[in-house]
Amino acid sequence: MKLRYILPLAAFFLLAVFLAVGLTRDPREIPSPFIGKPAPAFRVAELHEPARMIAPEDMKGKVWMLNVWASWCVSCRVEHPVLLDFARKNAVPIVGLDYKDQREDGLQWLQKLGNPYVASAFDEDGKIGIDYGVYGVPETFVIDKQGIIRYKQIGPVTPEALEAKILPLLKSLGA
Amino acid sequence: MRRWLAILVAACCGLAYAQSEEVAKPDPVVEARLKALAEELRCLVCQNQTIADSNAPLAHDLRNEIREQVAQGKTDDQIREYMVARYGDFVLYRPPWKPVTLLLWIGPFALLALGAFIFMRMTRRRGPATEDESVPRRSRAEVETLLGKD
Repeated sequence: MKLRYILPLAAFFLLAVFLAVGLTRDPREIPSPFIGKPAPAFRVAELHEPARMIAPEDMKGKVWMLNVWASWCVSCRVEHPVLLDFARKNAVPIVGLDYKDQREDGLQWLQKLGNPYVASAFDEDGKIGIDYGVYGVPETFVIDKQGIIRYKQIGPVTPEALEAKILPLLKSLGA
Repeated sequence: MRRWLAILVAACCGLAYAQSEEVAKPDPVVEARLKALAEELRCLVCQNQTIADSNAPLAHDLRNEIREQVAQGKTDDQIREYMVARYGDFVLYRPPWKPVTLLLWIGPFALLALGAFIFMRMTRRRGPATEDESVPRRSRAEVETLLGKD
């Protein structure tokens, strides 16, 4: 007899727990299928020096970050000072990927706001972005010495994300 | 008034231009396959729209990518694999049958079965419906005459 009253209550609480957990999750953050997989290859012109080609293989043997940005991207402005600050510490090199941008605009943006990147790949038509599964600029990939993607930050790199996730990860990767 | 009309016409032209820009000469066969595929792929920018419906630049790029791959003779499965490799199972509106999605596929049926089971048990326990004896026979007859029955 008692069970009759307890069961619906239990069912209700179970549902409430599921919904509560659902509320704390960000639906925009889709787990990347690239974690633990090799960084997709590309070979593309550098933003500043169009004659120079850059590729992820160039970074083999180093822990590095690939930061997808664009001059038209609003949240990149929020992220930019954090990256500049991080670059000053010389922890790991950051390679930029200027996604679906105009060369002029990209160059101007870096000149005005500062350049945290050791180099920027210029992905004019967004093909490299598609190969990396980019859907919301800015995005940042942490890539280890073997060229394996270890972490993806969707949206701006915040000081909190740096402290809590990226820096400990870099340390464990031996950067 | 005339100025507003001019703005409206200009806006419409812009729209028409934007749409015709996607492909210069649409091939009906390719477009039909693109449509079928893109309607089952989620746009990751505006997540509740398909790649076929979305106006997001990424959806536009992905439509062109699918067109290219269709023209290259890739099969639908190969194209779907290409998308899943980049964006995960989340791009598929029809989730694949795997251990992680088991609850998703079976859950509703399991709940339905559970509901049916509880319903059957509750109705059986109550036993067959009996005639309501709370109204005395005589007064019922009176009521029926009052209601005009014979």
